[in-house]
Amino acid sequence: MRYLCLIYEDEKWWEKATESDMQQGMAEYNGFTESIKKAGNYIGGEALQPTKTATSVRVRNGKISTTDGPYVETKEQLGGYYLIKAKDLNEAVQVASRIPGAKNGTVEVRPVMEFDQP
Amino acid sequence: MQDAFAAALERWPIEGTPANPRSWLISTGRFKAIDRLRKTRREVSSPPDPLSLEVSSPPDPLSLRERGDDISESEDYDVVDDRLRLIFTCCHPALNPDAQVAMTLREICGLTTEQVAAAFLTNAPTLAQRIVRAKAKIRDAKIPYEIPERRDLPERLASVLHVVYLVFNQGYFTRPDLAVEAIRLGRLLVELLPEPEAIGLLALMLLHDARRATRTNGKGELVPLEEQDRSQWNREQIKEGIVLVERGFSSRQIGPYLLQAAIAAVHADAATPAETDWSEIVGLYDVLSRADPSPVIALNRAAAIAMRDGPQHGLELIDEILARDELGEYHLVHAARADLFRRLGKKADAIAAYNQALAHAVEEPVRRLMQRRLRELGETA
Repeated sequence: MRYLCLIYEDEKWWEKATESDMQQGMAEYNGFTESIKKAGNYIGGEALQPTKTATSVRVRNGKISTTDGPYVETKEQLGGYYLIKAKDLNEAVQVASRIPGAKNGTVEVRPVMEFDQP
Repeated sequence: MQDAFAAALERWPIEGTPANPRSWLISTGRFKAIDRLRKTRREVSSPPDPLSLEVSSPPDPLSLRERGDDISESEDYDVVDDRLRLIFTCCHPALNPDAQVAMTLREICGLTTEQVAAAFLTNAPTLAQRIVRAKAKIRDAKIPYEIPERRDLPERLASVLHVVYLVFNQGYFTRPDLAVEAIRLGRLLVELLPEPEAIGLLALMLLHDARRATRTNGKGELVPLEEQDRSQWNREQIKEGIVLVERGFSSRQIGPYLLQAAIAAVHADAATPAETDWSEIVGLYDVLSRADPSPVIALNRAAAIAMRDGPQHGLELIDEILARDELGEYHLVHAARADLFRRLGKKADAIAAYNQALAHAVEEPVRRLMQRRLRELGETA
């Protein structure tokens, strides 16, 4: 079963982080990624640039509208994700709990919808 | 007064009756191979098996596993594991808390949706909807039907115990049947998984339930602990509760339920209110407030200190809690202050505080006691 782990963190932390904080933060993520690759849970994962680089796209009445944002006033923003393989929710929660961002932010674990092959 | 506090503490969970695991869970085919916990149980508690040659040899993980698979799959163990799986699945922390309680009562205790809805003052369709959603989540997010692994056990067991606590709590004043279910569920848990906190919760429920007959009078009014007829307390249950507390303490893993049970045991042990060992109770609250800090525990501790050192000391501590802007809307804070003012002979302050308590109190037995206190103060004023 595949689960998407969405990492919500206060992105200001990364903005304010010193060089050595940054390195330590990266090292933690690298270590985690290696560990789940070794354990066979890893499918994919990326870190995202901050929300100020985000663009929202909508199509209404056939017209494309592009806006800056989204401007959602929340303390934590989507900052990255892992796509993992786990036997069940308990294993997925175990993996998610070791994502460094879970210590300060929140990791949302979502089972992936599996469609039957036609 | 103490019973008012005890009432706050006594809000715990429930216990379910051993029932047949429902087909919806089983049919999803989530049976797992014998897991570690089960092996542990077999190792520890199975009677010597004449077929097992390894009895005297050192435990070998592999041989244990084989043994587990090979020997007569004793039906007892299947039932034990199955019930535990069911409980852990119904009380999975990833499920909506209301749904956890509802599913436990339905699937483990065998109550109908209507009965559960009535107990929790919700309507049946709303509750049914929650259960449907929870079951869909079990299926879609793949919540496994299994006993948690050792490393997850404390957290997962806490979630189960909390559900049991909620059921007991719900039955505290008005639904003795729910308290009975809660105790039955607690017994089942202790039998299946004798962890110290499970033992503590069962002891706590037994000790509080032992006072059920004396907790309210014929007029439906809460009777404070010090005014209860102790000869009417259920001695059998108290004895059982105390034995459980001792058993739990021998494990040296002392958690909040066990500490609360120990406090209840000290009360139960006193032949008269005057013989209550308040120093012991304060000491237990000290440990409890470190193990599980909360404003309610702080309030109970303040009340115990008032009994040990005098009302003024308790009042100062309660005012500190209120100064931190905690519990201001909690009726028992005002009831406790009122009681201490009453003991100090400060009638006007006591009346004001009882009125504040009344403004926030919901449960009828508590309201009636507050009203009686006000009448008494009025009469003598």
